[in-house]
Amino acid sequence: MKSLRERDITVKPVWIYLALAVVSLLIPALMDKYWQSVAVLAGIYIILGLSLNVIVGYAGMFQLGHAAFYGIGAYTAAIINIHFGVPILWLIPVSAAVAGLFAFFLTRPIIHLRGDYLCIVTIAFGEIVRIALKNDIFGITGGPNGLSGIARPEIFGYAIKTPLQYYYLIWIFVVLSIFVIQRLENSRLGRAWNYVREDELAAEAMGVDTVKVKVAAFVIGSAGAGIAGLLYASRYRVIAPENFSFLESVIMFCIVVLGGTGSITGVFVGTFGMVVLPEIFRPLKDWRDAWLGVAMVVMMILRPAGLWPSRRLKLEIEDSADSALDEPAL
Amino acid sequence: MELFVQQLINGLTIGAFYALVALGYTMVYGVLKLINFAHGDLFMWGAYLGWVALTFAIASLFENSVFVVVPAFIFVMFTVGLLGIVIERVAYRPLRNAGRLAPVISALGVAFILESIARNVFGASYKVYPPELLPSGGVGIVGDVRINYVQLALLLASVLLMAAIYAFVQFTRAGTAMRAVSLDHDTSRLMGINVDRIISIVFLIGPALGGIAGMMVGMYYGSFDFTLGWVFGLKAFIAAIMGGIGNIPGAMLGGFLLGIIETLGAGYVSPQWKDVIAYVILIVILIVRPTGLLGERVAEKL
Repeated sequence: MKSLRERDITVKPVWIYLALAVVSLLIPALMDKYWQSVAVLAGIYIILGLSLNVIVGYAGMFQLGHAAFYGIGAYTAAIINIHFGVPILWLIPVSAAVAGLFAFFLTRPIIHLRGDYLCIVTIAFGEIVRIALKNDIFGITGGPNGLSGIARPEIFGYAIKTPLQYYYLIWIFVVLSIFVIQRLENSRLGRAWNYVREDELAAEAMGVDTVKVKVAAFVIGSAGAGIAGLLYASRYRVIAPENFSFLESVIMFCIVVLGGTGSITGVFVGTFGMVVLPEIFRPLKDWRDAWLGVAMVVMMILRPAGLWPSRRLKLEIEDSADSALDEPAL
Repeated sequence: MELFVQQLINGLTIGAFYALVALGYTMVYGVLKLINFAHGDLFMWGAYLGWVALTFAIASLFENSVFVVVPAFIFVMFTVGLLGIVIERVAYRPLRNAGRLAPVISALGVAFILESIARNVFGASYKVYPPELLPSGGVGIVGDVRINYVQLALLLASVLLMAAIYAFVQFTRAGTAMRAVSLDHDTSRLMGINVDRIISIVFLIGPALGGIAGMMVGMYYGSFDFTLGWVFGLKAFIAAIMGGIGNIPGAMLGGFLLGIIETLGAGYVSPQWKDVIAYVILIVILIVRPTGLLGERVAEKL
């Protein structure tokens, strides 16, 4: 039998990735404008899901305030773009850095909190950011109406206008995110995350700086959310505090868990469940949320580990099955 | 000074509601280690069912009388409690051995369902509790400070309920079993405790308290809509965490504390920022005491 490490770094043949890339590039061209827009939105949520996955899936921390950093990224880009006329795509490093910095300063003091206590603090961050945006903090966020008039993104002087063009722009970012996340997963930091998630005490005993590793997960994940925020702002060109509410954080959290924590494919499946499925349910009109709720409950009962669980997590869980019995069932 | 005392009284009243809802979160957390995100929506259903009961009772059964309120309370208690038991059976029990995350998603799913049904059945507009039902006026305490009858009655009722719950958990057989289950399911089972039954009891009491609180909030503010669950539920959850989740006196303390902080913040700093003040104080408390005011330190994993 191959060792655990050998098994989880086996890479699928390149042609699978190429085929997926070609299919994902061609299919939206055949859709109508409405579904192209849905595809763009799904792309943004995939980036959000991938970034949240770093915190929830890899480092194993509850984060129910991811929308805060999504919002910070969006507002940073929008404010600089509107007031100083800097092209929006140039602001990618700025949005990422500002969101990452916020994440650092907010999470560093509370990183020692455990499980549900950490979860509530992240919810509190999300709400604080939303209320601050709504109350027009420093007079630059535009209050409850938000900001409008954000410039379209341009690539080499070519303005991106139609949903399909946006789709291709987002597609590039999705591919880049997957690349970065995969590299991270197998890096020294990625392995440290696994260690901290599975057994923080043991990790610390083996010399892993758990505080640093956990803060790193928050900073990297939040920077990703910041970029997603920038993409959202450039796509809709109007942003308001309610776009970054607690419900958004919940949707992102569901994307990660529904698909299977720690799994990149899982994020795609989860996004399909939480973003595309409600659009399919649209004919149900007012009852859409109810059916989404039913789907969430049923999917969890049928597949409690997520629809497409991470192979690596599964291996670890199976290997440690005997030790899991010692703990209370929940 | 008078303003301060008045704010304190208002804060205590709102805090009592938070405390009742927080009890539901904390009891469920105690036995299942699950954040029951559907609890806020059960609370909202309490507000709707109370509204239905009162409006119906006034329209048909009784004369316009304060005594209608008592049967309405009992009705709300039982229906929301039953709803809680059903939800546990259907959405949480199958996931009892599925780790920490799956039940959270299931709870969020149930929350979506409850909210959507409420919105579709009752409509998106504000519902108004019959205003002529409740006595107006109040008693003076010191100087111009007054506590009105509604406030007094609601405060009294909440404190009585909390005392009853505390006595139940501390001194009855079922309460002792409940505390045992919250420590360890397997050992409890070995001691002859029917764990499933105890969990069902918790899912009867918690939502029943939440439902009553919903009706009280409806009566106190006079009107509400379907978004009540999210907003109020989140606050009550914060109260539960503030006091130390899983700890029953902690939930009560957290509830009152949150209510007072919020009202004082709204009165003295700015109503727009009152929630932010509450959240910041929560974070400060958790930095100083990482498991809440009365919580004990326990190792846990996601």
